[in-house]
Amino acid sequence: MSTHDHDEGPSRRKVLECMTWAGTGVLWTVAGGVPTSLGIIDQALAQQSKGFTFLQISDSHMGFDKPANPNAKGTLEEAIGRVKALPVKPSFMIHTGDITHLSKVSEFDDAEKIISEARLDVHYVPGEHDLIDPEIKLYKERYGRGTKGPGYYSFDANGVHFMGLVNVANLKGGGMGSLGDEQLEWIEDDLKGRAASTPIVVFAHIPLWTVYPAWGWGTEDSARALGYMKRFGSVTVLNGHIHQVMQKVEGNVTFHTARSTAFPQPAPGTAPSAGPMKVPDDKLRTMLGIASVTFKQNEQRLAIIDTPLQS
Amino acid sequence: MFKTKSLTSFVVAGVAALLVLAATPALAADVAVKIGNFTFGPQELKVKSGTTVTWTNEDDIPHTVVSVNNFRSKALDSDEKFSFTFATPGTYKYFCSLHPHMTGTIVVEAATGSNTPPR
Repeated sequence: MSTHDHDEGPSRRKVLECMTWAGTGVLWTVAGGVPTSLGIIDQALAQQSKGFTFLQISDSHMGFDKPANPNAKGTLEEAIGRVKALPVKPSFMIHTGDITHLSKVSEFDDAEKIISEARLDVHYVPGEHDLIDPEIKLYKERYGRGTKGPGYYSFDANGVHFMGLVNVANLKGGGMGSLGDEQLEWIEDDLKGRAASTPIVVFAHIPLWTVYPAWGWGTEDSARALGYMKRFGSVTVLNGHIHQVMQKVEGNVTFHTARSTAFPQPAPGTAPSAGPMKVPDDKLRTMLGIASVTFKQNEQRLAIIDTPLQS
Repeated sequence: MFKTKSLTSFVVAGVAALLVLAATPALAADVAVKIGNFTFGPQELKVKSGTTVTWTNEDDIPHTVVSVNNFRSKALDSDEKFSFTFATPGTYKYFCSLHPHMTGTIVVEAATGSNTPPR
């Protein structure tokens, strides 16, 4: 780090906060991963009930029927069952893309039917699997009304500014996910004039940090987008695409990816390529799940609890 | 007995395969590119003009085959194929528009006599 950067570096106090948070985050991840420890889960749920909570689901891949999970419909139903069973009703839900596997009308219909059972408002962004119908119009017709470009938009809820971004459209050969100039300009514009104390939640399909470039797990122009968010005290980035939980904290930004409700993918570099990973039947549901996100006033970081379909 | 018979049919099949392989370049017949493990194989391919290249998706995830301004497949589900006949010599770079880190190249040479790549 050059001395020039020093002013922007985290203060000692911030580093300590961050470390404390990381410790808690690990505890909560463990809590999500081991539902048999009911005490810890109750504790997590009690924490959850004190703030404003929304849910994230991702990568439901309606229509997927390969060996990694021949019944993706069934596991989405189970995930929505989990949502319905929550003791405190979340304010709304976000879906971070790959609603369908092949952008077929019947797949969008099935997803809609199951997800609407949760009786929550759902804010969507598309995954690359949702933009492959011949005319690339089904996603936007259903979920993108009033959005810009291929489907980006923003809204406010409980004092938090939410931005749904699209990094799966018009991708260039040899690259990764991409937001594109037009969307980047919109992001800059959308944030202009907002108080730096406004918590920002950004959600998009492909991770907005470089998880693993060899598999294309990243967004090539995300640095520019994150640059516009530098002055904000709390930025939370929620993604899907990689079908596994991953988390990173960098300065004011917390990055988090959610599990899929359809099938797991290998950890970066542990297989010849990305793609549906076949695991023993009794393990599948431990690798699928949902995430709940709680925002509490005066806390920089949002609390994220990942809950698998089965312990 | 059984052993001899299966060995014979194996040899016959092998010879037939060799004949097909040998015939390929001369006739500018179909050439296959396999899409597997998120890669195009072979990644680079040299063919004579007039050759039809057929891509087959062997992954459990859809892929596309896109060469900007030249050709664009629909999303290929598992085991689906896409073919393109290369009439004009040149270098064709292509990629998967869903997973753009997947790239490949087809180099098309003039079918007639000389091996000099056309300009």
